[in-house]
Amino acid sequence: MGKRLAICAVAQIKNHPDYHDWRFQNMLLECFEPIIEQTKVTFDMDKGIRTIITCSDDVFDARTISDNGITDVVGAHFRGEEKMAQESINGLGYAMACILSGHDDLILFMGHCKESQGESRRMISNLAYDPFYCRPLGMDYHNVDALQARSYMEKSKVSDEHLAKIVVRSRANGKKNPYGRENKIVSEKDVLNSPMYSDPLREMHIYPVTDWAYGMLLCSEKRAKEFTKKPVWITGYGSCMDRYFLGDRDITSNFSLKNAAKRAYAMAGIKDPRKDVQVFELSDHAAYQLPMWAEGVGIAEEGGGGRWIDDGGMDEFNVNLSGGQLNGNPLLLGGAARAIECYYQLSKQAGERQVKGAKRAVAQAATGGAGQHQAVIVMEA
Amino acid sequence: MAHKKNRNVGIIGIGQTKHSSHREDVNQPELIHEAVSLALKDANLTMKDIDCVVHGNMELFEMVHSPDLWHVLGTGAYGKDSIRITTGGTVGATLSCASDNLVASGMYDIVMAIGFEKLQEGHTTGGITNMACPLWFRKIQAGALTGSSAYDVEREFGLERADRASLMYRIIMDKHASLNPNAHRAFGLDFSQIDDLIRTSPKLVGELKLIEMCSQSDGACCVIYACEKKAKELSKTPVWIRDHITVHKEENFTIFGYDRKYPVLKTHKFAAEQLFKRNGIKDPLNYFDVFEMYDPATWWAIDWIRDFFNLQGDEHLRLIEDKEIMIGGKMPINPSGGVIGSNPIGATALIRVAEAALQVRGNAGPHQIPTPVNHALASGFGGTMWTVLTMLEKELNW
Repeated sequence: MGKRLAICAVAQIKNHPDYHDWRFQNMLLECFEPIIEQTKVTFDMDKGIRTIITCSDDVFDARTISDNGITDVVGAHFRGEEKMAQESINGLGYAMACILSGHDDLILFMGHCKESQGESRRMISNLAYDPFYCRPLGMDYHNVDALQARSYMEKSKVSDEHLAKIVVRSRANGKKNPYGRENKIVSEKDVLNSPMYSDPLREMHIYPVTDWAYGMLLCSEKRAKEFTKKPVWITGYGSCMDRYFLGDRDITSNFSLKNAAKRAYAMAGIKDPRKDVQVFELSDHAAYQLPMWAEGVGIAEEGGGGRWIDDGGMDEFNVNLSGGQLNGNPLLLGGAARAIECYYQLSKQAGERQVKGAKRAVAQAATGGAGQHQAVIVMEA
Repeated sequence: MAHKKNRNVGIIGIGQTKHSSHREDVNQPELIHEAVSLALKDANLTMKDIDCVVHGNMELFEMVHSPDLWHVLGTGAYGKDSIRITTGGTVGATLSCASDNLVASGMYDIVMAIGFEKLQEGHTTGGITNMACPLWFRKIQAGALTGSSAYDVEREFGLERADRASLMYRIIMDKHASLNPNAHRAFGLDFSQIDDLIRTSPKLVGELKLIEMCSQSDGACCVIYACEKKAKELSKTPVWIRDHITVHKEENFTIFGYDRKYPVLKTHKFAAEQLFKRNGIKDPLNYFDVFEMYDPATWWAIDWIRDFFNLQGDEHLRLIEDKEIMIGGKMPINPSGGVIGSNPIGATALIRVAEAALQVRGNAGPHQIPTPVNHALASGFGGTMWTVLTMLEKELNW
């Protein structure tokens, strides 16, 4: 049963603005087949995969029980399947529980989202608010994020110019990622002139609509060598829920992220993330979140996000070399995308993005507006 | 493969709301809060003792996306680890499996599972129909209403015997529901009404009659799980989770149609066989003292009893006809009144685990089985014939 979870294989399709010629089932099959081929894993009831964890969402798919439409293409016909109906990063935390509990020794973890299918992602996230107060007010993740952005930028001295810098860097990094969404390379001036979306957030400050799917083979410490020569380990997981009403929260405090990080670090035995971790992948749904989450995971000083960018913190700590969520991943799958980049880095498959001597990585992702629910995982080579 | 757990997990707290067609007096977080408060009181704990909250229901029934975010007002998850995991009608059972895994892993000592649904706020049949593929099957799906099992049972045992068995089952469930203060529907039906009901109950789809179908309810259920050490410290009567199994099936009920020559392998049978095999249970009908079964309609229920207990011929019908599934019978099924009695979908399968645990504990209330309950089985149903089975034990001696 052990103390850690092995990632034995990863497959994904390229992040794309609109896979109009594929159903989401096709997207998953493109990830499923390479994993089976690569690892020769089976679905035998004794020695094979008995449990599949998926990640998708009923509202994004416009289907009740969104995992019902995909059972056959993830191998779940007459096997167990459970859907993480939250940010995908929590699927890794839950997979860890399935394996450390002894209930399973192999887990196939697959996720999909075709954001391009939705009429409007603002309409979707508006449905995350209660039908009495917040929904009629028009609250959605973007304008709630904008409220957080305004107060955070004030607190941490982050300017419109800082955000422009983050967007330019994200797109340049995304270009080096073979699975990254193809976005136009832009200059800081382009970003500063980008139309206002939800003040102070400009269009280019917000991750673009993206279709994507992935698969991962996860397994117990004992059986990892059957499937790969170089497993990457998940050694820590933590999550935390903040309050619901914005008025009840201190939206610049990083309350939930600090708790989630503290729990994950404690489990993985990390004392100082600045020294102990070489790669950070943060789910920046909007540009301001990169420095804000950097404060939350403990690599930027509280209230010092602006200066941290000026001092080159993003490159010093190898933050979002994949391009980050900002370059384009579906909303609920950003955490899996972050973990997959960490997997590439720790297994030395990151190509020109490779960080030399990367031994430990941290992936973070949030569910909800203004990061209401946060989760962090720690990964090791 | 024999089932080995990193550490044992026990149920130490149970709470559920009164289930009803209209809980207009409360909103969703308030409804959940009722179940959470009752479970905490039952376990003599406060939210400070809970390490992780697991939440589940179906988004499109109430049209709330990621509802755990709003529901934090009632779940008490503020500041806690919290995950949301769903699987359709089976979701409640999945919450229980997930909580067992989370505690057994050593990652959390005490986990709270919350299943909820407020079906009054949406359109249940529309919601369920929406699960079918928009290209192929949505136009022919009528929500959860299917008449195919009725045809199968009638074809095998003749119209009269099948109809009477179905209504006999229905009335037994109603008699059980009448003893359960939380049940949504308890009509006070009597066996003398069987012939009348066969004649007068309106048909919904094929041979499936209105009286034979489950309700749509508002309700919530909360169950608290603890590791062995804490469970023994905190509870005089923890109920141990021995094992659980989940078996899903492809997207459509059956792509090859219903054909007697080529019977479609059923998940119920497969799940039960696998679970009993790995736990060394050869005669489940004798081993278990109670079965809380997810019975969305009488026809499915009577058909599945045969699958779950691996019965032959008409043994399952005789169990019903001889009233052996009643409280006091050989294999009491759903002393709670079952899903036909109450069905707040996201909570329903967790209620099966909760009710089975109450029976093991021996304090279920007026619907408590009079004889000792040492071994209990609970099932969940959802999706396109998906099954989750959970085994509960009074003693840690397996």
